[in-house]
Amino acid sequence: MNEQTELTCRELVELVTEYVEGAMPPEELRRFEQHLAMCEGCRAYLDQARQTIRLVGQLHEAILPLATRQTLLQTFRSWKNSTSTE
Amino acid sequence: MATLTEAEAEAQLPTRPGATPDELAIVAALRNGDEGAFASLIEHYHSAMVRLASMYVASGAVAEEVAQEAWLGVLEGIGRFEGRSSIKTWIFTILVNRARTRARREDRSQPFAALEQSLHETDEPAVEPSRFLDTPGRWQGYWVSYPTAWSTLPEERLLAQETRRLVAQAIASLPPAQQEVITLRDIEGWTAEEVCVLLTISEANQRVLLHRARAKVRRVLEPYLSEV
Ligand SMILES: [Zn+2]
Repeated sequence: MNEQTELTCRELVELVTEYVEGAMPPEELRRFEQHLAMCEGCRAYLDQARQTIRLVGQLHEAILPLATRQTLLQTFRSWKNSTSTE
Repeated sequence: MATLTEAEAEAQLPTRPGATPDELAIVAALRNGDEGAFASLIEHYHSAMVRLASMYVASGAVAEEVAQEAWLGVLEGIGRFEGRSSIKTWIFTILVNRARTRARREDRSQPFAALEQSLHETDEPAVEPSRFLDTPGRWQGYWVSYPTAWSTLPEERLLAQETRRLVAQAIASLPPAQQEVITLRDIEGWTAEEVCVLLTISEANQRVLLHRARAKVRRVLEPYLSEV
């Protein structure tokens, strides 16, 4: 990509992950932020991308079924018995 | 085909990020036979382990079995765990090694094996191309009409049951490798580095998978969250 040319919106949306991950080289970062400063649409897109990450994060729920918990604790107890009798 | 021992699994890992003092306390407790320490580990990680294993093996029941086997591997290897990696990375590496062995036995292809190739063959845009102007000139490649910000929406709308359902559905429909990366990164809260180590993928590929996964979830949400 020519560093002189402006990023288009179509190009910017493909760089959003690199941007939010903080993985962008300085020159690319400069062009990215330059475009953002003048483009309301891309600012809104970035906002959607950030909200998406937050909403995916809301799915966190790892409930361990009681039966599985019992099985695993049983594994633990037999392991413990076998090591203490060695 | 030999299964890696837990010590060998640890030797495969890079030395960063190491176990934290908290984790070393858990390791010590486990070695002393503290059931509470083990219970807290299984509560944190077991469900994620089963989900990860299910990407490699044929059924949910086998995935559950693989995860349970991995816990036994953890217990058997804990005496030799040196804290050179975080305990989480170590546990999940044992899991992935077991799942891979099982997948080979079942003669199944590995979800991340042909990744390097397939990633660069398919070029899926994050946003439908029709959203951008295509007529040559100053505004080619710019938005036809702007997306709208979501952070100004009422929180009840963003956190509604329907939003959650759409997000879960979107993730479930992703290709396995994308599904795994977005789940580890954005649901389980792993760092990029931890994901790369666990799945033995490059930093760049991790980012491409994450990018595509997040972009698809956003696309699924857009019509719903942009309704006035
Ligand atoms: Zn733009």
